[in-house]
Amino acid sequence: MTILKHTPLFSLYAEHPGIRCIDFGGWELPVQFSGIGAEHAAVRERAALFDVSHMGEIWVTGRQAEAYVQQMTTNDVTRLTDGAAQYTLMCNAEGGTVDDLLVYRVSAERYMLVVNAANIDKDYEWLQQHLLPGAALDNRSEATALLALQGPLAGTVLSRLTDAPAVHGLAPFHFLPEAVISGCKVLLSRTGYTGENGFEIYANAADAPVIWRAIMQAGEPAGLVPAGLGARDTLRFEAGLPLYGQELSPAISPLEAGLGLFVKLDKDGGFIGREALVRQKEAGLKRKLVGIEMRERGIPRSHYQVYAMGRPIGEVTSGTQSPTLKRNLGLALLEIGYTAVGTEVEVDIRGKRLKAEVVKTPFYRRPLSGKGVK
Amino acid sequence: MSDIKENYVYSREHEWAAKAEGQIVRIGISDHAQSQLGDIVFVELPQLGAKVDAGDSIGSIESVKTVSELYSPVSGTVRRVNETLLEQPELINEQPYEGGWIAEVEVEGQVGEALAALLTAEQYRELVE
Repeated sequence: MTILKHTPLFSLYAEHPGIRCIDFGGWELPVQFSGIGAEHAAVRERAALFDVSHMGEIWVTGRQAEAYVQQMTTNDVTRLTDGAAQYTLMCNAEGGTVDDLLVYRVSAERYMLVVNAANIDKDYEWLQQHLLPGAALDNRSEATALLALQGPLAGTVLSRLTDAPAVHGLAPFHFLPEAVISGCKVLLSRTGYTGENGFEIYANAADAPVIWRAIMQAGEPAGLVPAGLGARDTLRFEAGLPLYGQELSPAISPLEAGLGLFVKLDKDGGFIGREALVRQKEAGLKRKLVGIEMRERGIPRSHYQVYAMGRPIGEVTSGTQSPTLKRNLGLALLEIGYTAVGTEVEVDIRGKRLKAEVVKTPFYRRPLSGKGVK
Repeated sequence: MSDIKENYVYSREHEWAAKAEGQIVRIGISDHAQSQLGDIVFVELPQLGAKVDAGDSIGSIESVKTVSELYSPVSGTVRRVNETLLEQPELINEQPYEGGWIAEVEVEGQVGEALAALLTAEQYRELVE
């Protein structure tokens, strides 16, 4: 049998009778605490707290740290200032995606790479293989806990627990490398994976239970609830954020996944996969990730085949009934000729070809101010 | 702790069956099944008039995360389906044994015999606990 890994917060899960855990890439993690719908709504309307300690944190340090991260990732790391983070990707030489990640710049000689749980070992090995003299790697994943506090009230809740002006002054994709919550030192970042305003809190594994309890206590009067991976997935899906293993893989390039904004083909120093991506771009993409909406009754799901004119043109990468919008939506990787908004396609749902249409993404965009929309 | 109705019978696939009028058996999914599925958002109902064998897949139930097949616990002909579920699939979560019933199947032989092949409440409790 396989022994599932546990996050430092696992012992607290038992306090929630409605919790249901699943095996997520070798980790025993809560898919829900009470119900996916309620947790999803809490993030859109109030706030929720996620344990995402399974994510990996790999530190890069040294005089050559910047040059090295630049070579390993598609975005331009030289645009970061101290205390800023960026979304980026690592590619293989063929332009396929090794992983998508966040790069945090603490200083020009100190970066934290936050990678997907299922890819930690693979990424570390990949990074090790291409290591430059003057750069060193440290995999701190086991020792680091990560809590995500997400939702329109996240800032209000957090400002009760730490330096409030600093929290309110934190711009998106910026972070405080040494904030303090309940006496515990943390890295506090204004980032998230829900399409909502929010924060991510990196802490020492041993401090995680104290921080979790403090946030839950401070947030409960405002309607804060704990949330699981189920809601995390539906939230990121509505916001059009890719999930590695579904929208991204070694066989799918960031350009095909619609992430060209994070691929700086002309940046100084180049990066692994650049030549392949330049060729792909020059030749024209053969397929692209799009949004689809069902026009007949049915819900698109991962790996369902998509057809047009009676022939297969791609497949659904993620799909569900959007809890916020109540529409049956999917992300699908389709032949380029069928990716224009309004194109009619068919999804094979358990043997039936049901009508769908290409629609704009993201499906959900957070309102600029005030509370979440209905 | 899930609710198991004493006077109903159950399949190993977590459907319940109960005698209605005459040769009609009403079917649905158990409280245990709905709680495992989580928020149900979509139901594909059985085909009216379809002849089904016990164990046949006759529809599907989808939660936010997963798709689950619905198997007929008895053999017979689908006579009624609960169309309210098309608009309110959450009834299966809220009242799995009442408003969340899914279909009615007319059995050919003895109703008692068709139901005797299934698990009693006590046997089903052993299965899920």
